[in-house]
Amino acid sequence: AAMELPPSHQPATRAAALAVGYISYRRGSPGRGLGLRAVRHASGQDIDGVGRKYHLDLVLEDIPDKDSTVNCTAEVLYHLGNKNIAPDVQFTIEGELKNTDEADNIFYNRIKSLEKELVAENIPDSHGNVSPEMEPIHLLAWVASGYVIWQNSTENTKFQLAQIKHVKQVKRSDEYLEFDYMILLHEMVSQEIIPWQMTVLWHPQHGVQVTQDSRQPKHAAE
Amino acid sequence: VVLDQEKQDMAYSQQRERSSNSFNYGTYHSLDSIYAELDHLAFEYSNIVSKLQIGQSYEKRPLYVLKFSTGGRHRPAIWIDAGIHSREWVTQASAIWMAKKIASDYGKDPSITSLLNKMDVFLLPVTNPDGYVFTHTTNRMWRKTRSKNQGSRCVGVDPNRNWDAGFGGPGASSNPCSDSYRGPHANSEVEVKSVVDFIKNHGNIRAFLTLHSYSQLLMYPYGYKCTEPADQAELDALGRAAARSIQSLYGTTFTVGSICNTIYQASGGSIDWSYDYGIKYSFAFELRDTGNYGFLLPANQIIPTAEETWLGLKKILEHVRDNPY
Repeated sequence: AAMELPPSHQPATRAAALAVGYISYRRGSPGRGLGLRAVRHASGQDIDGVGRKYHLDLVLEDIPDKDSTVNCTAEVLYHLGNKNIAPDVQFTIEGELKNTDEADNIFYNRIKSLEKELVAENIPDSHGNVSPEMEPIHLLAWVASGYVIWQNSTENTKFQLAQIKHVKQVKRSDEYLEFDYMILLHEMVSQEIIPWQMTVLWHPQHGVQVTQDSRQPKHAAE
Repeated sequence: VVLDQEKQDMAYSQQRERSSNSFNYGTYHSLDSIYAELDHLAFEYSNIVSKLQIGQSYEKRPLYVLKFSTGGRHRPAIWIDAGIHSREWVTQASAIWMAKKIASDYGKDPSITSLLNKMDVFLLPVTNPDGYVFTHTTNRMWRKTRSKNQGSRCVGVDPNRNWDAGFGGPGASSNPCSDSYRGPHANSEVEVKSVVDFIKNHGNIRAFLTLHSYSQLLMYPYGYKCTEPADQAELDALGRAAARSIQSLYGTTFTVGSICNTIYQASGGSIDWSYDYGIKYSFAFELRDTGNYGFLLPANQIIPTAEETWLGLKKILEHVRDNPY
């Protein structure tokens, strides 16, 4: 039987962070990142021999247009035992997300027409600044980090993207854009800052893909 | 140790002659710049503000506290600290804004005026100055102190796992390379010991409030165990009232609860120590945001964060003023 959980306390908030990472990965783009505004309702249940399942009613907010919110229901299943299997996430977004086609195409064409590959670091910078030109690069990392967060979350972790340390565009002969990111993830429970490398592909019609990712040793980012 | 007021005034005036004072509260500052502003506030509001040094950091930087007092002898007092974790920049920035707010509101705001007529306030804006400097020079994400760990190449202790409250229990690491390393023993960190000694020597601290970021939480004990404190009902009700005050300004929602129930079990935390020491009104704030920017909160959110947080703190201070124990 499902047990009601306090929506703004752990473990509901951990499951919610994981769900939002996954949802952002599936629905995000350089024109749209999705963040967690609130957990309106949460319940959990143990499923014998399988794992622990959470049912969540979430409010998501558009990053950076925080006034734009959307409701969403999600189910998160943490698998018993084998910690190498990512949790299962299913979700339904109520209503429509803002259309980002125009912004996505502008960004796509801008990068495609660069003579030299884009390189940048420290996004946001120490003071929280993100220049307008770098905002799509920032959001793309937010979306892609959702994949890493999803793949590596357990009931004892809560990940957030802390910063992009470095990003480098990789030139491709096909229609995709490719970026090699070094990001920092903040893991809330241990309070560790974890450097993580990820290779990200994107195309306006084909969405975001993380084709390669690997956790880095701690000193890699210092 | 109270710095010689005259020397302090001279140093400050010399500095004023060199540059026009217009401290921008809406941006992040270096340690030197914050320390200069502490001197300015003690000078400009010398009738109620004085600067004390309560110790030195590991790397021998002064630990400065602002004392807000309208006189009396050994009045009951409030303790507020910020920046124990150095990467949580909005907390040091909010603390200096609040210092200015308290000083300039005395005599104008009835609530603060009546509070300071009865009680003193001690504010430590930069609890971990070594870490704060390190976040400027080397690693923006540094959290701990900068003390050397014997037998390890890793530096620093998590100062909020180093207090004598369930020390060594779950929720703190024994690995010096960990960001939640508890240290070799409780109060091993001079930054922590200096606060403990100050509070014990003062003997009449009635509230202990500490600022962290991020997550938008307002928490009371315990962290080291998941059982309720004896004053759970009162602390929870007061926390909720404070969270409502915070929300009233910009709609920012804070979650209220004990540390263990809200985020995680964590031993050696400051408000667990202060509560078990007898300071009933012990609260830990986690300020903006909820993770979109995290530690890298844009500077244009400093003042809104400070303003809303201040309303929550004020609600607690008013309750402490009106409920002596």
